[in-house]
Amino acid sequence: MTGSTAEGHGDMVKAICQRHGNDPASLIEIFHDIQAELGFIPEPALTDIAQAINRSRAEVHGVMSFYHDFRRQPGGTVTVKLCRAEACQSMGALELIEKVCARHGVTLGGTSAGGVTIEPVYCLGNCALSPAALVNDRLVGRVTPDRLDKAITEAAS
Amino acid sequence: MNKIRQKDFGTPKKETEKLITLTIDGVEVTVPEGSSVMRAAAEVERPIPKLCATDTLEPFGSCRLCLVEIEGMKGTPASCTTPVRDGMVVHTETARLEKLRRGVMELYISDHPLDCLTCSANGDCELQDMAGTVGLRDVRYGMEGENHFAPDVRDPVDNSTPYFQFDPSKCIACSRCIRACEETQGTFALTMEGRGFESKISAGTLSDDFFSSECVSCGACVAACPTATLEETAIVKHGVPNRVVETTCAYCGVGCSFQAELKGNEVIRMTPSKQGGANEGHSCVKGRFAFGYATHKDRITTPMIRNAITDPWRPVSWDEAIQFAADKFSAIKARHGATAIGGITSSRCTNEEVFAVQKMVRGAFGSNNVDTCARVCHSPTGYGLKTTFGTSAGTQTFKSVEKADTILLIGANPTDAHPVFASRMKRRLREGAQIVVVDPRRIDLVRSPHVEAAQHIPLQPGTNVAVMNAFAHVIVTEGLADDTFIAERCEDKDFERWKAFIAEERNSPEALAETIGVDAETIRAAARAYGSAPNGAIYYGLGVTEHSQGSTMVMAMANLAMLTGNIGREGVGVNPLRGQNNVQGSCDMGSFPHELSGYRHISDDGARQLFESDWGVALNDEPGLRIPNMFSAAIDGSFLGLFVQGEDIAQSDPNTQHVTEALSSLECLVVQDLFLNETAAFAHVFLPGTSFLEKDGTFTNAERRINRVRPVLPEANGLSEWETVARLARAMGYEMGWETAADIMDEIARLTPTFKGVSFERLDRDGSLQWPVNDAAPDGTPIMHVGGFVRGKGRFMITEYVPTEERANRRYPLILTTGRILSQYNVGAQTRRTENSRWHDEDTLEIHPHDAETRGIRTGTRVSVQSRMGATTLTALVTDRVPQGVIYTTFHHPESGANVITTDYSDWATNCPEYKVTAVEVRPANEPSRWQEDHERRREDNYVVGLPAAE
Repeated sequence: MTGSTAEGHGDMVKAICQRHGNDPASLIEIFHDIQAELGFIPEPALTDIAQAINRSRAEVHGVMSFYHDFRRQPGGTVTVKLCRAEACQSMGALELIEKVCARHGVTLGGTSAGGVTIEPVYCLGNCALSPAALVNDRLVGRVTPDRLDKAITEAAS
Repeated sequence: MNKIRQKDFGTPKKETEKLITLTIDGVEVTVPEGSSVMRAAAEVERPIPKLCATDTLEPFGSCRLCLVEIEGMKGTPASCTTPVRDGMVVHTETARLEKLRRGVMELYISDHPLDCLTCSANGDCELQDMAGTVGLRDVRYGMEGENHFAPDVRDPVDNSTPYFQFDPSKCIACSRCIRACEETQGTFALTMEGRGFESKISAGTLSDDFFSSECVSCGACVAACPTATLEETAIVKHGVPNRVVETTCAYCGVGCSFQAELKGNEVIRMTPSKQGGANEGHSCVKGRFAFGYATHKDRITTPMIRNAITDPWRPVSWDEAIQFAADKFSAIKARHGATAIGGITSSRCTNEEVFAVQKMVRGAFGSNNVDTCARVCHSPTGYGLKTTFGTSAGTQTFKSVEKADTILLIGANPTDAHPVFASRMKRRLREGAQIVVVDPRRIDLVRSPHVEAAQHIPLQPGTNVAVMNAFAHVIVTEGLADDTFIAERCEDKDFERWKAFIAEERNSPEALAETIGVDAETIRAAARAYGSAPNGAIYYGLGVTEHSQGSTMVMAMANLAMLTGNIGREGVGVNPLRGQNNVQGSCDMGSFPHELSGYRHISDDGARQLFESDWGVALNDEPGLRIPNMFSAAIDGSFLGLFVQGEDIAQSDPNTQHVTEALSSLECLVVQDLFLNETAAFAHVFLPGTSFLEKDGTFTNAERRINRVRPVLPEANGLSEWETVARLARAMGYEMGWETAADIMDEIARLTPTFKGVSFERLDRDGSLQWPVNDAAPDGTPIMHVGGFVRGKGRFMITEYVPTEERANRRYPLILTTGRILSQYNVGAQTRRTENSRWHDEDTLEIHPHDAETRGIRTGTRVSVQSRMGATTLTALVTDRVPQGVIYTTFHHPESGANVITTDYSDWATNCPEYKVTAVEVRPANEPSRWQEDHERRREDNYVVGLPAAE
């Protein structure tokens, strides 16, 4: 059995694979590029990737599912990654996560009605400025709920 | 331990000359270098506990149960991934190891349901065995923690595929199934999804189940699974079998060895034998699972007769049926002479059964009118290889492909038709060998996960010889020939003559590119890939033989192998992939009209006299009728009686209208088969046959390997096929003189030099033998022509390319070619009566998008395929697997009538039909063809069985 081509994305997926020489060793880069383009990796794309790099669908799925960073569904317009590694925890990250989730009305990993996705992350390498967060691509240190709100508003605009 | 389970050494056997000696628990052991400590320990019956290791897979080192202590080494290394070293001192059982192993097992069991008593693997579970072995008594972590088996969290059982189920709640994440799919089968359909506690086995992606995934249902994962996670549906339903009979698969020419596992007289499971020389523990969806036809309700087990083919069938006793057939044959013989009757043998029957039929025809009928269904598949192989090399047989053992550097695959689709050999081939390709595919269609070996052909020659059907000539031209003119080999091993005059011919410009790729339909550079590159390989091996199928130049093509390949010195050692050779399990055997057994067993011509006085004195009859020294001649003679009234053994000629032979006309002209047609097949519609006597599970005899596979077929079940029809034949001969006044099937093999060995050392006793003792088995090679011959050809010196034959008469024109612009699919087998008589039909319930017509578009055809459109001979209606599948101008279908379903359209053209030397080239036109059509309507009506009539006459 073969899956169908990603609705409307098949050509883009094939072009990305082509850009990486249809090389199985570049699978992770291919995922990154597709996610950068679409914000997530649609399921049918796995079939197109598998065909392009001449690997099985299962293998492609196996690699993708190993990395939490690769999304199966579209996320919100803003993705907030809150660090919950040791340094940040010692600076109150867990309470912060609770407050932020409550403020947006979501559980960790979910997307709010306002389009904000909140995810946990383990160390952003910004321990000196704990607790840390990543708002889309912007690193924020010494996070408080208010500072985070400001960063989210800026990222959304 | 379970008696059914075959011994498992933990890691694969290493094949090297260098030996290592070490000490394990005080016992000295010597094993090949590279062996694991685990394997060495198993050799001296010191089995080390293990879960993720099995000797069909490379070691993985994940379960941590096989830890050992090795003097001088720190810690407790895993014995599966630790190679042996000279002088190593290993301890497999110490207090420290016991504690460690118990701790590991405790963790496993803390996430495993404790339902052993009601579990389907109860009694056949390695996890259960290991828990016992390590002495697990208690799980300190309790069973209440986060887990994968509690009713509210467990994933549902995947029952999507018919033969096995997947229950993730029992999984211990050892990855054996994933590795089996990759290493053993080469499909890569499984993966480990997620990570950490979330890890789970996934077939395909999230949206797949096993059936929709890339899984080919070979069962390697099920065999590898140490728990009940992957389990045969039959075991779930019936429980673990308790008795075993070793036998041989009855499907393709790979001839896999199996252990049939039973409870009482019910076959529960077929497990491939690790000792099987052909398959070494692997199998495919047909051999492992599709055996249910043997007990299918359609099977006829009572003899039946009728005076006219328009009468209903009348069930009768064996005696009455045999006497009825004998009287009819004798009457025809009395009126028209012995040449008016004959027989056709089947490549699906044992050597003994085939030998019995040809002896009946020659001895009791008194003619040489015996032919075999190999006439319509591999007869050109016989002619071509005998002419060039001296004998009609593949040159290699299957294992030889492990040493090939370039594989040249022509007109064969092993992943569908010879799957177990394809897995060997794919493994070799992953190790770095390259493959050149010559096939009109883009088969899986051109491109599929982890396989990418170095070159694909999508030739115009019918131009094989042109391709081979172009290859040889490149090798000769570019100086790639092996001059030493040719000088030492081949007839020099023939070679010089051939060389002058092949070097002519008209045989160059440039001159032939247009004919072949592939550019010259691609052809040159492919020729160089084969010509410059240290070991080049040719494998081919019916895409070579079933052409008007089938025999020429076989000789062209033989030329190419001699030219490059690729004969007579491992990794090389010319190898026919035989379509049916006993094609090699049925040819060996003297069932061609011109040959006695062992390929000795009937006009050879010495050979004939040997048979005459042994059989006590005078034999005709003139060859008898071939199958197509029998049909023609039937139509013109000079051939009136035919015995057909286990072959459905009305469906499988070309130009169906011609065949049915011939069959309807016969005065007496006797069919011996499992089912009332298409041919039986024209029969007067139906003699029920036995399935392979009931036979006692031998099959000979494509590598000349003679394997035992043992009776697993009692004969459902009450009489073995050879005995039926012997009784028919007796009723006609000729005594065959056999008590058992073993007597027949003794007679074969007595009369056939290449079988001299073969007997049931020997096969039962040694497993299998590859012929010739004689004084020079008492243990058989895995590789032929070592040091010299059977005929003395190899003979180059001129192979002029002559296009077939069957050509496309404006009226019939497309070329139809045919092939097989994995789940179905041949005319489908067996596989259609199993769950395999869930994968392929009708034959579809593959057509290129351009050809489809200009005709208004889309996938799913019903289309009429019309040739000069007839028409049939099929469902279209639009795909660029086929090149423009070529369409393709399978022929597994009788109602498809693929042979209604095939023609009378055949191989010039052997009359093997040109199935692979038919000029056709295709157009959308909603209604079935007239043939299909007639066929449907006849089918209903054929199944009318009258009540037994009241006595």
